[in-house]
Amino acid sequence: MTNGIGRAASALLTYGLLGLMAFLSVFPFLWMVLGATNSSIDIIKGRVLPGEFLSTNVDKFFTQVNAPLVFWNSAKIAILATVLTLAVSSLAGYGFEIFRSRHRERLYRAMLLTLMIPFAALMIPLFIMMGKAGLINTHIAVVLPTIGSAFVVFYFRQCTKAFPSELRDAAKVDGLKEWQIFLFIYVPVMRSTYAAAFIIVFMTAWNNYLWPLIVLQSNETKTITLVISSLASAYYPDYGVVMVGTVLATLPTLAVFFFMQRQFVQGMLGSVK
Amino acid sequence: MVHARRGSIGRYYDVNGWLFVAPVLGLIGLFMIYPIVWSLWMSFQSGRGMMMKFAGFANIVRLWNDPVFIKALTNTMTYFVVQVPIMIVLALILASILNNPRIVGRGLFRTAIFLPCVTSLVAYSVLFKGMFAPDGVVNSTLATLGVISSPIPWLTHPFWAKVLVIIAITWRWTGYNMIFYLAALQNIDRSIYEVARIDGVPAWARFTHITIPLLKPVILFTTVISTIGTLQLFDEVYNLTEGRGGPSNATLTLSLYIYNLTFRFMPNFGYAATVSYVIVVLVALLAFFQFFAARERDK
Repeated sequence: MTNGIGRAASALLTYGLLGLMAFLSVFPFLWMVLGATNSSIDIIKGRVLPGEFLSTNVDKFFTQVNAPLVFWNSAKIAILATVLTLAVSSLAGYGFEIFRSRHRERLYRAMLLTLMIPFAALMIPLFIMMGKAGLINTHIAVVLPTIGSAFVVFYFRQCTKAFPSELRDAAKVDGLKEWQIFLFIYVPVMRSTYAAAFIIVFMTAWNNYLWPLIVLQSNETKTITLVISSLASAYYPDYGVVMVGTVLATLPTLAVFFFMQRQFVQGMLGSVK
Repeated sequence: MVHARRGSIGRYYDVNGWLFVAPVLGLIGLFMIYPIVWSLWMSFQSGRGMMMKFAGFANIVRLWNDPVFIKALTNTMTYFVVQVPIMIVLALILASILNNPRIVGRGLFRTAIFLPCVTSLVAYSVLFKGMFAPDGVVNSTLATLGVISSPIPWLTHPFWAKVLVIIAITWRWTGYNMIFYLAALQNIDRSIYEVARIDGVPAWARFTHITIPLLKPVILFTTVISTIGTLQLFDEVYNLTEGRGGPSNATLTLSLYIYNLTFRFMPNFGYAATVSYVIVVLVALLAFFQFFAARERDK
């Protein structure tokens, strides 16, 4: 009898906690979408019902913001950063795992230590470097320091452990060179690893803020993240417009998450496997 | 003959190995190692803009006499000490609940709790700034529920502003940590739990005596990641407080202070570099301490 009550109470507690956490996690998304349909005043006053200002907000957003250019900037930076990061990181992950030597193991461990370097300690020298190279206000300057990532190398190395060595041996017998084995055997076989890494690196680049904030100074080069930030920090921010911006900026990552949930989670977990 | 030995450890001079890893090592060398060493050099220099001269330990002395730095350091450590444990315990509890296959709709709960991870730090900070406005949705809900009688000044009171930052980070990162724990829990044989349950071990004891010890490596990993992240906190505070770390520096973090020293005030690269090395030292010390503590408990 008491057992039954205890079980009911524990179920109530369990589902109560889960329900509350799920609600709190999802609510800001709901509020964001509703906010895009409301006037700035209503948003600040806490209205949580759909309103009639969606088209007004959208119109205002597209007149205040050169949206095609801003999204093109974001996409360009994110795609360039992702492709380059995946290229050099998978090469290195493969290299560290397949061609082992004591020196390279030491170097690998030293490389992993760079994970602990905080970006704040890099930004001043990087800013001066980019200034000297005449790259301030260019997208190259945003992308360059993000390509060499110990984290992504680590991920690729972990995944390369599952790459069947028979494939390499067979390719060798067929007389393929090392770079051919990598390009024509490894890359196609590991495509799900690439997909997972692509999602995570792309999202990081798309959402990157501090470094672009420092480097990109003119409106023509700014990304959507920078634009949302400056819209929201205006003296009297128009929250309706801000909400339209956040919805548009979040949609791509949200869509990727829902369509590729498995790879998304796999990419995030890459490091503990 | 040489080819027959391929695949074994100990080939020191294989050119291919070096060619494959060279691009990344070059990039990390140029954009991480070189700047971090330069930053150290800079921290011993003083002056405005590019006009710097050697100043010895003057910057380090200046740290102790700089109330804004002390404030930024205290705030950063407060976020770290309060937020990381709350988030990790919450994530562990949620993960161990969701690991139970008898939970109805657990895929849905998992997706919902993970969802905050897809937002950019800027987007969710902006959302939170609106939700926690004086008459915003949070205050009006709390008032309707009868929890508060007057609106909480989330953005204008030093204490509540810090609470808001902690709530915001916890919202964004709890699901992320939970996913790590869930993945690790899947590798634990569920029959251990069944046996413990049949033996009458209560749920809480199963959590502290089975789940936590078995997850220790992952907990350590996520703690180190969270430590590094929290000590570098910037985007959230910048966007919740219009880049000021206000009210009256109550939410200022070390990263934000470095940014202000470099790009908002008259640039003093040397002093800013010194502040940035405080983060480097803190990250290194805390990571070392966490690894050490984990090893001690193993004995």
